[in-house]
Amino acid sequence: MTPDILAELNRRRAAREAVAVVSDLESGAQSLVGQGEDHTHSEALAARFRSGQSGMLDQTTFARLHMPSARLVIIGAVHISQALYPMAQSCGLDVTIIDPRSAFATPERFAGVECLAEWPTEVLAERPLDRWTALAALTHDPKIDDDALVAALEAQCFYVGALGSRKTNAKRAARLKERGVSEASLERICAPIGLDIGAAGPAEIAVAVLAQIIEAQRT
Amino acid sequence: MAGDDTLMIAERWVDEGRRLALATVVQTWGSAPRPTGSHLVIDEKGNFEGSVSGGCVEGAVVAEAVEVIETGKPQMLEFGVADETAWEVGLSCGGQIRVFVEPLAK
Repeated sequence: MTPDILAELNRRRAAREAVAVVSDLESGAQSLVGQGEDHTHSEALAARFRSGQSGMLDQTTFARLHMPSARLVIIGAVHISQALYPMAQSCGLDVTIIDPRSAFATPERFAGVECLAEWPTEVLAERPLDRWTALAALTHDPKIDDDALVAALEAQCFYVGALGSRKTNAKRAARLKERGVSEASLERICAPIGLDIGAAGPAEIAVAVLAQIIEAQRT
Repeated sequence: MAGDDTLMIAERWVDEGRRLALATVVQTWGSAPRPTGSHLVIDEKGNFEGSVSGGCVEGAVVAEAVEVIETGKPQMLEFGVADETAWEVGLSCGGQIRVFVEPLAK
């Protein structure tokens, strides 16, 4: 590998691009190929990108896949979030918590995790969501949750969940529909949030939410 | 992406002017300890970061890598319990791996 390829690879990884280093193991020749870009092994490579697994493309050609790490964006610095973020970090997710209410989003309540006391739209304009990101909206407050949910659906986040009773969710669906969100997109929102395990209390709800995120990630 | 991952460290070492090799697990069979794609970066003095086997064969890979830095020629290494050298550097887990070692240079 040349230093130039290494630097370019690291740059594209930092930008959260899905990229492969394709190597001829006999000559040592190498190239960087982004997902969807043309290559002599396009078909085999496309399958690799779908699975995210590195491996041989033929007898002598190896593809090292670099997929963006999974992120979890939690809207709401609430009690469930306090239980959710350390468990999510243990499962390898990069977690960001966003809540414009500075009384909630404090470093004391959220040690060891990125916690931003800003409006979701401000943060997401700077750092857009993508398909390797899960979003859990936990504030119950339409002013805070709705914009983030719309952004998550547009960005095709691999998981979109929203806290609230069936009644709350019906109202939310009506509001989002009014904003032009399609029926198909609305169905992508996991609501009521979390796997149905009869969770009681914030910690158990956090388990149910995390389990649902893992299910979306792995199946 | 963690700032201290192997490829970030490799870039830092390049910037420091160190001569390097990069080792990559390209194939695994059985219960190999580290997945395909795992990296080890090695400098000319044998310093290394990363992991290709969780410790079982790193020593042998580092020795080979120092050679690769000298010659500038990539090498393919194979390890497994079936190897003649199994008692020296083998994978106690019973897995097999192929490791590609290449110079990290222009």
